[in-house]
Amino acid sequence: MNVTLTRRELLKAGSIVGGGFALGLPSVGFAEGVSLVGSAELNAYVQVRDDGKIVIYSGSPEMGQGIKTSLPMIVAEEMGADWDDVIVKQAPEIDTERYGQQWTGGSFTLFLNWNLMREMGASAADMFLSAAAIEMERPKSELRAIDSRVVHIGSEDSRTFAELAGLAYKQPIPNKDDLVFKAREDYRILGSSVSQVDSLEIVTGIGDFGIDTQVEEMLYGSYEKCPAVGGRIIDANIDDIKKLPGIIDAWIVIGNGNVRELMDGVGIVGTDTWSVFNARRALKIQWDESDASKDSWSSFVAFADGVGNTGQDVSINNGDVETAFSDPNNTVLDSFYEYPYLTHMCLEPMNCTAHFRTGANGKDHLEVWIPTQSGPRFQKMALDRYGLQKDQLTIHIKRMGGSFGRRTSDESTIEAIELSKRSGKPVKLTWTREDNIRYDFLRQGGFNRIRGAVDPQGKVVAIEEHAIGVESGGEPSRFNGPNPGAFPFSTLGNIRGSSTNYRMDTPVGPWRAPYSNTHAFVSQAFIHELATAGNRDHVELLIEMMGKPRWIDDGNWRSMNTERAVGVIKLAAEKGGWGSEMPEGKGLGLSFYFCHAAHVAELAEVSVSKSGLVTLHRVTAALDVGPIINKSGAVSQVQGSIIDGYSAMAGQKITMENGRVEQTNLDSYPVLRMHQAPEVDVHFIESDYDPTGLGEPGLPPLAPAVANAIFAATGRRVYKMPLIDEGFSV
Amino acid sequence: MPSYTLEINNKRTTIQAEADMPLLWVLRDKAGLTGSKYGCGIGQCGACTVHVNGAPARSCLRTVSSVADQRITTIEGLATSNHLHVLQQVWIDQDVAQCGYCQAGQIMSAAALLESNPNPTDNDIDNAMSGNYCRCGTYIRIRKAIHTAASFYNAAQEAQS
Repeated sequence: MNVTLTRRELLKAGSIVGGGFALGLPSVGFAEGVSLVGSAELNAYVQVRDDGKIVIYSGSPEMGQGIKTSLPMIVAEEMGADWDDVIVKQAPEIDTERYGQQWTGGSFTLFLNWNLMREMGASAADMFLSAAAIEMERPKSELRAIDSRVVHIGSEDSRTFAELAGLAYKQPIPNKDDLVFKAREDYRILGSSVSQVDSLEIVTGIGDFGIDTQVEEMLYGSYEKCPAVGGRIIDANIDDIKKLPGIIDAWIVIGNGNVRELMDGVGIVGTDTWSVFNARRALKIQWDESDASKDSWSSFVAFADGVGNTGQDVSINNGDVETAFSDPNNTVLDSFYEYPYLTHMCLEPMNCTAHFRTGANGKDHLEVWIPTQSGPRFQKMALDRYGLQKDQLTIHIKRMGGSFGRRTSDESTIEAIELSKRSGKPVKLTWTREDNIRYDFLRQGGFNRIRGAVDPQGKVVAIEEHAIGVESGGEPSRFNGPNPGAFPFSTLGNIRGSSTNYRMDTPVGPWRAPYSNTHAFVSQAFIHELATAGNRDHVELLIEMMGKPRWIDDGNWRSMNTERAVGVIKLAAEKGGWGSEMPEGKGLGLSFYFCHAAHVAELAEVSVSKSGLVTLHRVTAALDVGPIINKSGAVSQVQGSIIDGYSAMAGQKITMENGRVEQTNLDSYPVLRMHQAPEVDVHFIESDYDPTGLGEPGLPPLAPAVANAIFAATGRRVYKMPLIDEGFSV
Repeated sequence: MPSYTLEINNKRTTIQAEADMPLLWVLRDKAGLTGSKYGCGIGQCGACTVHVNGAPARSCLRTVSSVADQRITTIEGLATSNHLHVLQQVWIDQDVAQCGYCQAGQIMSAAALLESNPNPTDNDIDNAMSGNYCRCGTYIRIRKAIHTAASFYNAAQEAQS
């Protein structure tokens, strides 16, 4: 069952040879309101080869969000390239002065690079036009760059980019302010569906993931840390370990106590990954756990059970909630929601290959191959930690097998470096699946006591939230809330938001759509409770709550716009069949959420059997994220976010007792399988605002939409995730 | 250390390894074939799926001694010379992957399915693919791509008959 390689795939097999050249591009700025370090000198996103192929660099790393395809599409569009001529390569180094910001996260990458990529493309096009004007003896104003050629309007005359390349390079670099970007109606690449640039490598097994790195004389490494975070090592049976088959060496390593860098542990290197994983099982380590985590999920649950409506730390207090709550004409609801800790479960485990060469005269050199979201931050840390100059550090940014916010810290990288330093050899260090769960920066679990008042007309007149979050060492998590910019806080006159923090030392970190991934569940399920209490149609109530068309933060186009919000709510309702008659046991549930500058509404269609088996048939999503760059990638991100959201909601939960995470692998952490996945219909409102990222915002509305649909189907409210903890099965 | 002869992607290869070393690590760390992926190590994610004598197998659970002299196909051996397997081509055309890490295993499971059942229903696909986890949630596209590949396959069969 084989078919011939397509032309495009054959093209991609080539590499840069001969006299390819880089266009020297002007220094450019960023979108207003974004300040980034070291971005004064930028150039060299574009190279043209002798054979006419155009090499475009992706400065930002790829983790499955599609940025390695979508950013070069923008460059190609503005320079008038034929996408079939484009070869995309990862930028060969971390150099933020040359490439701009090179991290990815927060669904920021597209937004932060939109103007930069257009400038890179448009300035390249301008230089081709200047070259063509000389070569063709035509006025520049009569020339256009289309499909990798410069064509003369009004005659048949044209030149290919390849023919012009040598001359184009010598043309003056245009002033950024003189660049004119294409009008949307002239787009030939943007808005189309493009298969991601690494598709061939992925399907043939030659993908460039970090874990696939192979370096000559490389050893394989593994690193054991205390199962309760913060434990110090006293002793270990190192001599026994060194005698095991396939083991080359082992060390007790004393860390710096920074969980994002290096914790105490035992490092082992051997001839293969399996041998070092096996050796871990024979380890006998004596830990001093006096300062280690004593976290207990059940204690956290017990603590949260007793909290009132208002926490000690009141951070939002607008209008007068008390009057609304005490008015006997109003209906007041008081609910308590719970959401668990989650692990990232990136299918590619944390890993790094490092080679620390101890050089003559103290001139050391460090070379690392890392799948990371944040190369520049690692670079800064490593230069400082190892006392290196930039020319002593080589960083290869590798494709990530998923990240979801996980690959933003450096501990697995430093562990690899430490083992390389000790062994004098390159070391590929891999975390076991169990390590990935045990040593994660988890999505924090927590609780939310929320109450609201509905007046006799069914209007929501007040909401109060009390977020019960986590802190460690006196440091509250960044993702506790309440966040005043979040809907519905942002639209209501009478609101109060407060928080109470509980000490939990287990590290937490960003997990796809941080804060929003829990707050959407709490707030949008609760709004549906209010709609039901006020005998209101959910769609009508949401639209009423949005009020008159406006930006919530006047003049900030990344804030919520109530008109865009109403647009997606109406579209999801229309496309998903809101209001249609449902048979017994079946229901529709709606939700809206705004985060990452994206307006998203989702409508879930759910059946629940008598025994409590939940089937999510279909999710209809409507999104306004501005113009779509790569339609295929955009739809895929929304489908994936919805399936990810449902996977988490259905059965996932991390618990810890005595400081130890209790789940170990996929056999104790259920993930959604193909037969449980819903159909997903995706609809975009391609408004004229600048485009924004889609890696995260599709996820938060899923859980409340499903919770609301379960209520519609059964009359039972879902107050707790995962669903299996509410007595449902999936 | 014992030595074993394996037939990997139509090539006989002799490997020195402990008898209970899983095939996955033989492929990745001894044979330099990194297309088969480590995901869980307990046979639950399917990222390490290969074919042993044409049948899908989780290479993280198969010891090297149990596959000696057996015919092993990995993702690197699915295409022949410059001809992609129809599943690989459809996977590219329909832009199935997101991060891509699980996709080698997905394709190997799907290839084994089509060999035994060239006309799978949604249900057949769900059953055959239920051991392959996709963290990015590309299930919708995987299912569609298998249907498309099956239709190409059957059209080719009809054209030949």
